Formats: sequence, C-alpha cells, structure tokens
Amino acid sequence: MTNKQGEAVMHKETPGRFGSFGGRFVPETLMHALTELEDGFREAMDDREFQEELKSLLAEYSGRPTPLTLAEGLTRYAGGARIYLKREDLNHTGAHKINNTLGQGLLAKRMGKKKLIAETGAGQHGVASATVAALLGMECKVFMGEEDVRRQRLNVFRMQLLGAEVIPVTSGTRTLKDATNEAIRHWVSHVEDTFYLIGSAVGPHPYPEMVRQFQRVIGDETRAQLLLKEGRLPTDVVACVGGGSNAIGMFAAFVEDADVRLHGVEAAGAGLDTDRHAATLSKGAPGVLHGSLSYLLQDEHGQVLPAHSVSAGLDYPGVGPEHAYLKDSGRVRYTAATDREALEAVQLLCRTEGILPALESAHAVAEAVKIAHEGSPEDIVVICLSGRGDKDVETIHRELEGSGDATD
Amino acid sequence: MQPIDQAFQQKEGQRLIPFVVAGDPTSQVTLDLLHLLQEEGASVVELGVPYSDPLADGPLIQEASERALRQGMNLTKVLELARTARERGITLPLVLFTYYNPILQFGPERLVQEARAAGINGMIIPDLPWEEGKELADLAARQGVYLIPLVAPTSKERIRKIVRGARGFVYCVSSLGTTGIRQNFAQGVEEFLETVRQESPVPTAVGFGISAGSHVEYFLRHADAAVVGSALVREIALHQEALQDKDKRAAALDSIRGFVRGLIPAAPVKS
Repeated sequence: MTNKQGEAVMHKETPGRFGSFGGRFVPETLMHALTELEDGFREAMDDREFQEELKSLLAEYSGRPTPLTLAEGLTRYAGGARIYLKREDLNHTGAHKINNTLGQGLLAKRMGKKKLIAETGAGQHGVASATVAALLGMECKVFMGEEDVRRQRLNVFRMQLLGAEVIPVTSGTRTLKDATNEAIRHWVSHVEDTFYLIGSAVGPHPYPEMVRQFQRVIGDETRAQLLLKEGRLPTDVVACVGGGSNAIGMFAAFVEDADVRLHGVEAAGAGLDTDRHAATLSKGAPGVLHGSLSYLLQDEHGQVLPAHSVSAGLDYPGVGPEHAYLKDSGRVRYTAATDREALEAVQLLCRTEGILPALESAHAVAEAVKIAHEGSPEDIVVICLSGRGDKDVETIHRELEGSGDATD
Repeated sequence: MQPIDQAFQQKEGQRLIPFVVAGDPTSQVTLDLLHLLQEEGASVVELGVPYSDPLADGPLIQEASERALRQGMNLTKVLELARTARERGITLPLVLFTYYNPILQFGPERLVQEARAAGINGMIIPDLPWEEGKELADLAARQGVYLIPLVAPTSKERIRKIVRGARGFVYCVSSLGTTGIRQNFAQGVEEFLETVRQESPVPTAVGFGISAGSHVEYFLRHADAAVVGSALVREIALHQEALQDKDKRAAALDSIRGFVRGLIPAAPVKS
C-alpha cells in the first residue's frame, strides 16, 4: 500500500499476511471454517501418513516427477541462454492443477468432508477437482460462468463424465470472477459439510499458503533436477500468472536464492495500453477480492473491472496476495505478454519442440524467449510449462484462422 | 445520544430495520422510500452501497445492485444522497451497508469523516470480519460512527470477543447463507440469538431471510430488532417503473407502504 489512504487501517498482525497483503475478508459465517481449515492443514502437513499418501498419489496417479526437458530447438531459436521446460503438461489431466486438488482433496477426506465444491474458468481446475472427487469417492459441484460454459463445452462434458455437477453462473460478467463469487455463496450456505477446493493461490487465509505448499512440488523438483543435470541453479525462472498458482509453486523453491531471477508473466490481452487485459500486477491497485487483499483491476470507486485474455485461465481481475508482496518487495519481476505474443509462442513451441502448450503457459514461453535471447549459453532459463494446449485447440484455431486478428 | 442508541430506547418489541439499495432504481426513489420508512416508524435504515461483487448477497440484492450501478451510483454518491436526505427532514438513523473494497479505495479515514458529515450513523461491512475491522471500528468510533459487528450461527466461541467492544447493536445472521427470502432458518437459531443477547453489551438485530410480518414477530422474541432486506428490495423491483413515473408513483409508494406496515407487529412483541 503506497498511494492509498487504506494504509492507516491495515492490520499487520492478522493471520496469513504477506507484508500487508492477504488476510481474511469474508463473511463472518466462514470465519470458523477457515480456522478449522487452517488447523486441519497444519496437522496434515505434520502428519507423515498424509504426506506419504499425497506423495504416492502424485507419483502413481499423476505421474510425478514430471520431466525437466532441455528444449534444444527453442534454445537454438532464441540464440542465447539454454532453455529448460518443466513439464507440468505431462501431469494427469494435463496441467499442474492436479497437484493442488490431490492435496486439498486428501485434506478434505482427512477432515471428514464428503462434498467438494470448486470454481473454474477454462475448466482445468474443474476437471482436476472432478477427477480427485471421483478418485476419493466424493460428491463434486463445479461453478462455472455461463460464458465459459459456452466457450468450453468439451471440458463441461469432461467434468460431467467424471461425475461432477457443473453449475452455470449467470451473475456479473459470467466468467471466473463470478463463478468464484457463486462458489463462496454456496460455501456460506453449506459450510458445515462442504470443502471448498480453491484452484489458485488466491482467497482468504490459509488458501494462498496452502495452494503454494501443494504446488511447490513443481519448484522443488525443478531445483533438484537441474542440480542433477547441470550441477547449478538456473539464471532465470519464468512462469505465467493469472491467480498465480503454478508460478508461486515454482518460485517457492528459488525465492531464497538471490541470484536466481524470477519472472511472472501476466496476460496483456489486447495490450497494456487498452482496457482489455488481465495484467493485475502491472496495471491494478491494491484492493480486496475473494477474501484477500492483493492487487486488483478496479475503477476509482472500488468496483471490480472485467479482465480480458485469450487464455481463459489468466482471465481474472485479481492475483494471489503473495505475488503482490513479491512484486512490492522487488523479489520477482512481473511483466506481461499479449494475446498475439502468446499465440505466436504456441506455434513456436509446436514447431521447435513438438509440444503444444496451454495458452496460459505460452505467455511464459513468449517472455522466456526474450530473456534467453539476451543471455549467453552459460545461462539457464527455466520455463514452467504449466499445462498442455489440447484444451485450447479450438480457440487457437479460431484466433489464427478465423478473424486474422490474433488479438481478439 | 447517538441516534442509533436512541432508536433502541424506543419501540421495544416493534423495531424494524429495513434495507434498501441506494439508487435502486434511482436516487430520487431512494429519497421517497426513506420518507416512507420514516413515516411508517422504522427504527434504523440500512442504506446499501451497490457493489460489483456482492458475495454475501443473494440474487435479489445482486440485481438491485446492478440496477443502481447502471445508474452510476457509487460510494461518493451514496454519501451525497444521505446528505440530501438529512436536508429534507430524514431524521431516522442511517447505517451504510457496504463491502470493504469501496471503502479501501475511498480511504477509510476520509470515509468515516465524510460519512459523519453526511449524517451516517453506522456502517455494516459484510466482508470485514472482526479481526480485520478492529482499527476501522476505532477510527469510526472517534467520529461517533458505529461499525456494527456481525455474528453468525457458526461464530461459536468467536461471539464473545466480537460483541465485547460492540457499539450501537450487534447484527446476528439468522442462517447459513446469503441474503434472500427464506422460510427456514438455521437450526438452533433461538439459542444462538439468546446467547448473543446474553453476551452483548448492546442490543441485537437479526437479519438474512426475514421476509414477512410473521418472521419479524417470531424473531423479535429473541432479538431487539429485525432486519428486512431482500423482501423489501423485491417490492421495490416490482414497482421500479411506476416509482419513476410521476403519475403512478403515489400508487406504487402506497403499495410498498402496505408491505412495510405488514412487517411491523401491531402490538409490541414480548421477548
């Protein structure tokens, strides 16, 4: 908080703060459940049996550890630093989201909850939640904006195949923001028997910390794999940021290594100089959304503004509070890639590596190529390839073939 | 005496706290409604500040907020509206019902000063729990504005610390869920209300779901006031066009007046 009068009343001692960001800005009805959740989470993290079960599922069910692939073709293209890809796209269900849903799903089971609810934008977290619910024998409701239901019909069907109920949300902008509002409203009504499985590093405490802990397997593996392959740490680590769960999981393992440069890439949509983007950290201001204080796209009266990105997973006007802290502390550099740059990066990775990345991950690829180009062969750039692009094929096709204008 | 405290010294067993969204459907209609509510003997009025993401609210208040936002309503204009209401003879206590983010952008310190100057007597912030709101509560109290705390059936051992320093009244949430119209309330709601009443140094009000005179009568046995929001908002929505038409306005207001009258018990309810 630098330019807002809000600073005077910020609490520094309330739980779950990252600097002045984070906290618990939720209806009183949920406060008891959040305390219970925090206690349950801490106990689980200290419980060897829980850890073993999670580790086993990550390995035997999701296929971890995911490879760290030297991208020789992309390295040649960039003409500078060597580029590695952390292959979260090779997880079961096709993205990093499953790391977190397995963790929270097991926690729900441990806490005796049999009903899961989740919000989803493009459907990746919804699919990962439905998957875990099926695996653990739980009921699952997924809240999804009506607009996204329309755009992602196949993922809706996929969730239904997995036994989940998809609830279209018709309020507000009918996208991820409103799906999250509706999931919170449902949780307030059913808080006593329902576990809310949040998919990104957002929400009230302890969610941002919990999601980071369940996602840090990405960074921990990357660190160990690179030390084994190269005997050293990377020069640069690049990840895309919507709510920021893959990025925070990746950064968590490197944040203490002052020599490792960390880069978070937001969605610049049609451009940062337009009002059609989702670059919350670059263009937003501190505010409260979905239970925590972080950066937020909003107008002067504190009304939340709609976001835009070609990638549904980044199309969100908020961002995890730990990212807000890492931005203000200067530890992480946050930048943004446009829709057009992301679409170009999709094609580039397809042709140089034979890998179709998710549109979200393509934002990181676009920035990493610029960084690698400036580097030398002694430098190592790691990209968090958070998901595969099969889900985006229709969108990519429409954007590239359809309008001829990649920005809309 | 602070007007809210004064309101709780009168009309025991018949206290009604209506809620309206400021600017739904227009500021002028809100002013008309404030006069109506004052004439009908409301104890306090909650003035809702419309917000883009009202996550404690059900569909009726969400839609009312959207209507008001389309009119260009915002926190600054709600304060202007309150000031106008005071100039035009509204003396009943006014409580802002607003989400936290608009306050954060306005500046909490500036807000409590301008709220006081506009004649606002209290604030209810549904997404600002006790832990996060302590400093704002003190800031507001220094201006003589009360930050009304909320307690819910799930608050359990939290009730004591929440109500300890309460000013004005304590807002008891009747049931798990959002605002709206409902027929069933949380199991054990009577026990919950009696617990809060016992712990609280100030009077209690109960809200969420209360939508008929019979509900008001029932709840006034266990609380000092009853809040009616969504049901009134629905009445306003039903008459929104007539309320803006000078030929039909009087009839529409009469219809709403009939509804409000039906909410207040004819004789004081004994607790």
